[in-house]
Amino acid sequence: MLSSTADHLYWMARSMERAENTARMLDVTYRMSLLKQGTIEPDQEWSAMLSIAGLHCEFAELYPELSVDNVVRFMALDERNPSSIFNSIRNARENARAERDTVTVEMWEALNATWLDMKATRENGIPADGVSAFFEWVKERSHLSRGITHGTLLRGDAFGFIRLGTFLERADNTVRILDVKYHVLLPSLGDVGGAADYYQWGALLRSVSAFQSYRKVYHGLITPKRVAELLLLCVDMPRSLRACIDEVHCQVQAIDSPRAQELRRRVGLFEAELRYGRIDDIIALGLHEYLTSVVSRLHGIGELINTTYFWPSED
Amino acid sequence: MAALYDEMLERPTRPRDHYAPFAQWLDTTEPAVIARKRSEADLAFHRVGITFAVYGAEEGQERLIPFDIVPRIIPAVEWRRLEAGLRQRVNALNAFLHDVYHDQEILKAGKIPAQKVLGNNLFRREMVGVDLPGKIYCHVAGIDIVRAGAGEYYVLEDNLRTPSGVSYMLENRKMMMRLFPELFASQAILPVEHYPDLLLDNLRSVAPAGVADPCVVVLTPGQFNSAYFEHAFLAQQMGVELVQGGDLFVREGRVYMRTTQGPQRVDVIYRRIDDDFLDPQAFRADSVLGVPGLFDCYRNGRVTLANAVGTGIADDKSMYIHVGEMIRFYCGEEPILSNVPTWQLSKPDDLRYVLEHLAELVVKEVQGSGGYGMLVGPTSTKEEIRLFREKIVSNPDHYIAQPTLALSTCPTFVENGVAPRHIDLRPFVLSGEQIAMVPGGLTRVALKEGSLVVNSSQGGGTKDTWVLGN
Repeated sequence: MLSSTADHLYWMARSMERAENTARMLDVTYRMSLLKQGTIEPDQEWSAMLSIAGLHCEFAELYPELSVDNVVRFMALDERNPSSIFNSIRNARENARAERDTVTVEMWEALNATWLDMKATRENGIPADGVSAFFEWVKERSHLSRGITHGTLLRGDAFGFIRLGTFLERADNTVRILDVKYHVLLPSLGDVGGAADYYQWGALLRSVSAFQSYRKVYHGLITPKRVAELLLLCVDMPRSLRACIDEVHCQVQAIDSPRAQELRRRVGLFEAELRYGRIDDIIALGLHEYLTSVVSRLHGIGELINTTYFWPSED
Repeated sequence: MAALYDEMLERPTRPRDHYAPFAQWLDTTEPAVIARKRSEADLAFHRVGITFAVYGAEEGQERLIPFDIVPRIIPAVEWRRLEAGLRQRVNALNAFLHDVYHDQEILKAGKIPAQKVLGNNLFRREMVGVDLPGKIYCHVAGIDIVRAGAGEYYVLEDNLRTPSGVSYMLENRKMMMRLFPELFASQAILPVEHYPDLLLDNLRSVAPAGVADPCVVVLTPGQFNSAYFEHAFLAQQMGVELVQGGDLFVREGRVYMRTTQGPQRVDVIYRRIDDDFLDPQAFRADSVLGVPGLFDCYRNGRVTLANAVGTGIADDKSMYIHVGEMIRFYCGEEPILSNVPTWQLSKPDDLRYVLEHLAELVVKEVQGSGGYGMLVGPTSTKEEIRLFREKIVSNPDHYIAQPTLALSTCPTFVENGVAPRHIDLRPFVLSGEQIAMVPGGLTRVALKEGSLVVNSSQGGGTKDTWVLGN
C-alpha cells in the first residue's frame, strides 16, 4: 500500500474517533452540569474538560468567560479549535476524500453525508434543547462509519491502518478522561457511596459506555479503584486501555512491513505489561504518574507508526 | 438563423423514431414521479460527492455538475459513422505526433507550414527522436463533436492532453439505470460500463518492452484539482494506485512508489497533470506536483507516460485546421468527419473579415481551453465585443474564429418544465495496441436559455448518452 494512503486512512479513522470522544466528553459534562449535584463547582467540570483536550490556553484566548455555551461552541463548532468536532469531522472527510479509490463507496457516502450535515449544523447552530441530541448524532455517525468499515472493507492493510488509528486515538482518550476526572473527583473520595459520588463516577463510566459493564463485572458499589481497573486493565471492555492496545498489537503484527520490528517490540511489551499488570501496583505507583507515562508512551507509538509506515526515511 | 435541429423532436409534436419510447414514457409519466426521480438523482450525486471544483470561486469549490434526466439518444447508424470517423482521426493524430517528433515528413512535403509547428511553444523539442511503445502519443483522446444545421456532425476540437469527463459518462449511466430500469429493459441501449477495463488493458499494452506484468498508476495533482473525483474514480475502477508526485521517486533510472512495504516499481503512469508540471528538473522548476528525474526515465524508455509528453502540438487550435490534411497524408483517405469552418486571424484577409463580423462569430484563444477566454458574438454586449476586439488586434495570431453554429438542442428539464437546450458530445477514444471505444460519450448541455457554452466550468450540465443497438 502507498505510504500516503496508509497515512490518510489512519488519520481518517483517528479524526472520526476523536470527534466521537469529544462528543462523549462534552455530553457527560453537560449532563453533570445539569445535575448540579455534589461539591464540585460546574466551572471545575468544564475546566477539566478543557484539560483533557489540552486546550486551556487556546480557549482562554478566544473566549472571555468559562461558560457552558462557550465551551460547547468551542469544542463542537469552532473552526479555530483544531480538535473541535467540526474540524475532526472535516479532517476525517478530507482524508477519506484523498483515498476515495481505497475506501468503499458506502464508507465514503456515510462520511460525506456526515460532513454535509455537520456543515449545516454549524451554520444553523445547535439549539438550546438540542445539545444532547447533537452529541448523540456525532456518536451515531461514528458508530455508522466504524460499522460500515467493518461490514464492507476488504480485510487487508487498509483495514489494518484504520483500526490502528481508531484504537490508538481511543486509548489516548480513555487515559486522559480517567486522569482528569480522577483529579476533579478527588475531593469527594472520602465520601465513597454518597449520592454525589455515585453520579460523578457514574457519569465518568457513562462517558465511555462502561456503566452497565461495571455493574456486570463488579456487582457493587462504584469505587475509584475499580473504575480505574475497568478502564485500564479489563480486556473485555471495548474502550479500556488494554483492549485498545490489544487491537493495536494485533494490527502491527498483521500489517506486513519489513521495517516494523521496533514498533512490534514496543507495542508487544506494552501489551504484555497490561496483560499481566495489577491495579494495586498501578495505584501504589501513583495513578496520575502512571497515566502521564502512558500518554507519552502512546505518543511515542504514534511517532513510531509515522516513521515505520508513512515517511520511510531511506528513500 | 435556420430552425434548430432538435435531437428528440422532428416536429414540435412528433418525436423522431429512435426517441419514440422515451418520448412516450415522458408523456405518460406523472410529473410528480418525474420530480421525485430528479430530486433522487440530485441527492444521490451529492452524497456520492460527484463534484467538480471551479477555479476562482471560493464558495463554488466542489460544486455538483447539474445532471439532466432526459438522455441524448444516438441511433446505431449515426454512431457507426461517428466511430469510424473518430478512429480515423485519432489514428492520423497519433501518426502526426510521431512524425513531427521524428522525420517530419508532413512538414517536408509542405502540407503544414514548418514554422507553425516548430515555432509553436507546444512543440516539445525534448521529445524529438524519443521512441514510444507502439508509436502511440494520445492514449486517451476526448474529441468534442457538435451537431448543427440540418443535423450534420462536426468535430469542434480535439483534446489530446488530459481530457476529462469520462467519469461523468459512467456515473450518469449508473444513475439512469438506477432511476429508470424499465427504460433499459425495453430497448437495446449499448453498455459503456466496461470503459475502465478497456483503459487498463490499453495502458498495460503500452508498457515498456520486456515488462511482464506492468504496474499501472494514476498520477493526480491532488484533491484540489477540478477533476480529482475522476482521477480517484478511474484508479478505483481499474484497481490501481492513485498517486501524487510525492508518492513517486526515481532511483537508478527507474520510477518507484513509496509503499508501506518499501519501494515498488512503476511501469505505466496515466498522468492527469500537465507536461509543465511533470518533472521540475526537465520542465517548470517550481513544480511541486511532479517527480524529479521522471522525464529522463521516460526518454530512456523505462516508464510510459499516458498521454505522451508533447501532444499539445496536435490539439492546439491553430493545428485544428490541418487535421483533414493529416488524415489524407497518413491514412490516404478523405476525412469522414468534417471540421467546423475556421478563420485564422494570423491571415490578414481572415482577420479583416472577422473584425467586421465579430457580433456573429465565436472567437477562441488558440491555446485556451474549458470555455475560458472566448467570445460568443451573438450573446455578448457591445462593450464585451469592443474589449475583445482590442485583445484580438493586439495579438491576432493568438485567435481563431468560427461561425456561431446553430448547435442541436435536446429537451432538458429547466425551472418551468421541459425546454430545448444546446448540447455537444465528447466521445473518448483509447489508443494502444489497437483503438478501442465504448459506444457513447459525455453529453454536455448549456442550461441557460440560448447559451452555446456547455463547459462545466461555465455552468453547463450533463446528460446520459444512449447509443442504440440495431
